[in-house]
Amino acid sequence: MTLSVFYFLAFLSILSALMVVISKNPVHSVLYLIICFFSIAGHYVLLNAQFLAAVHVIVYAGAIMVLFLYVIMMLNLNADVEPHKAKWLKVAATVSGGLLMIVMVGALRQSELPVAGADSSIGSINNLGLVLFRQFALPFEISSILFLATMVGAVMLGKKEIH
Amino acid sequence: MLSLGIIVKIVIIVDVFAISLVVAMYATYAERKVAAFMQDRLGPNRAGPFGILQPVADGVKMFMKEEIIPNVSNKFLFILGPCIAMMTACMTSAVIPWGKGLTISGQFFPIQATDINIGILYIFGVVSIGVYGIMIGGWASNNKYSLIGALRASSQMISYEIAMGLSIIALVMTTGTLSVREITEQQVGWHWNVFYQPLGFLIFIICAFAETNRAPFDLPECETELVGGYHTEYSSMKLGFYLFAEYINMFISSAVMSTLYFGGYNMPLIGRFVHDPNMLSILGSVFLFGKNLLLHLLLHVDSLDITALPL
Repeated sequence: MTLSVFYFLAFLSILSALMVVISKNPVHSVLYLIICFFSIAGHYVLLNAQFLAAVHVIVYAGAIMVLFLYVIMMLNLNADVEPHKAKWLKVAATVSGGLLMIVMVGALRQSELPVAGADSSIGSINNLGLVLFRQFALPFEISSILFLATMVGAVMLGKKEIH
Repeated sequence: MLSLGIIVKIVIIVDVFAISLVVAMYATYAERKVAAFMQDRLGPNRAGPFGILQPVADGVKMFMKEEIIPNVSNKFLFILGPCIAMMTACMTSAVIPWGKGLTISGQFFPIQATDINIGILYIFGVVSIGVYGIMIGGWASNNKYSLIGALRASSQMISYEIAMGLSIIALVMTTGTLSVREITEQQVGWHWNVFYQPLGFLIFIICAFAETNRAPFDLPECETELVGGYHTEYSSMKLGFYLFAEYINMFISSAVMSTLYFGGYNMPLIGRFVHDPNMLSILGSVFLFGKNLLLHLLLHVDSLDITALPL
């Protein structure tokens, strides 16, 4: 049961990720990307990380992709106004993308992935909070400073010029 | 015994579904009737006594009307928009505990579709998906007014989601849990969260107004500027789905408010008079329902034009 759900989700995420690149209409690309995010959230649920799944849906599918969609709808991009890229650029992009894939496959083929054991509560909100605030307290706080800097930067950029 | 559990669960889910649909239907009737009284009109009074069958007649009318899909629109996305709006409106009710639970032939069944340990985040996730229904519908209509209405609605919804999330964070920090059922059980007696978090409740209810696009946050459906907003091109039951989803959202958000801030199904003092646990939990559900309706009324009040009172 779990395995078939995993295969379905894996198929869905790869298919939608391919469609993001293939589809002509940018709005369709964004919608496929949203489907991709949802299937990844499904993977998180299968790994017993419900919190991560919910946050993934709220932040990525719910907020960031809405802003993506917002900008693309406002600009009204379509195939006609798309800037045409040179042939050699397309070939170079394909070659470098393929090389990256070979490197990834080569790196992951030999590596041993840690197995999380049979503890089904490993991804629960309680365990996550304990790990985050005990083991990784310092990186957590540093990342919050990063967020603060981002917020200040966004406000500064959004502000009108003051003479 | 497993089959009994599944049957009870199905009955609970169908009941919750039916109740929220019926309440959403009669919310339209109540709004029209009360607005009519306030403006010295009669309101709907043709279908049945006091026009009580008016929502049913509206529904039949919606179903019977001609469906128009614009030629230049994206047909699939055009149909998908109202479907997402309706689906997300109904999905939120899954984690709300509608009652303590019933004991049927020795087994205990909580009156709730599912109790996941991240219930509040689930609600937020579903609400944030609800934005897509409006955005996709508005864009697929291929109409400037629809697009501007959709952008207004979605930008309003995602902006107020942040404030709503912050008000909930205060609640989560005081209760120490994300499960909606546990939050409800901590509010036994008069320990309602609204007394501990009055500011949080105020922020939450303002955001609920904005999320459900009610007045004074009804800019997305501005007839004078945008023809009709994001559903300009919609007709028949697809338009009905958009309007209906808004009313279901209002009912569900009032249910969320009464669960998180007004004690949920906990009925103060009733334990002294009634001792049968099943009866107690049914009474608790009725009490929760009553609170829902009161808060629902509050969501309506602002849309009734008070300045138009016949004074």
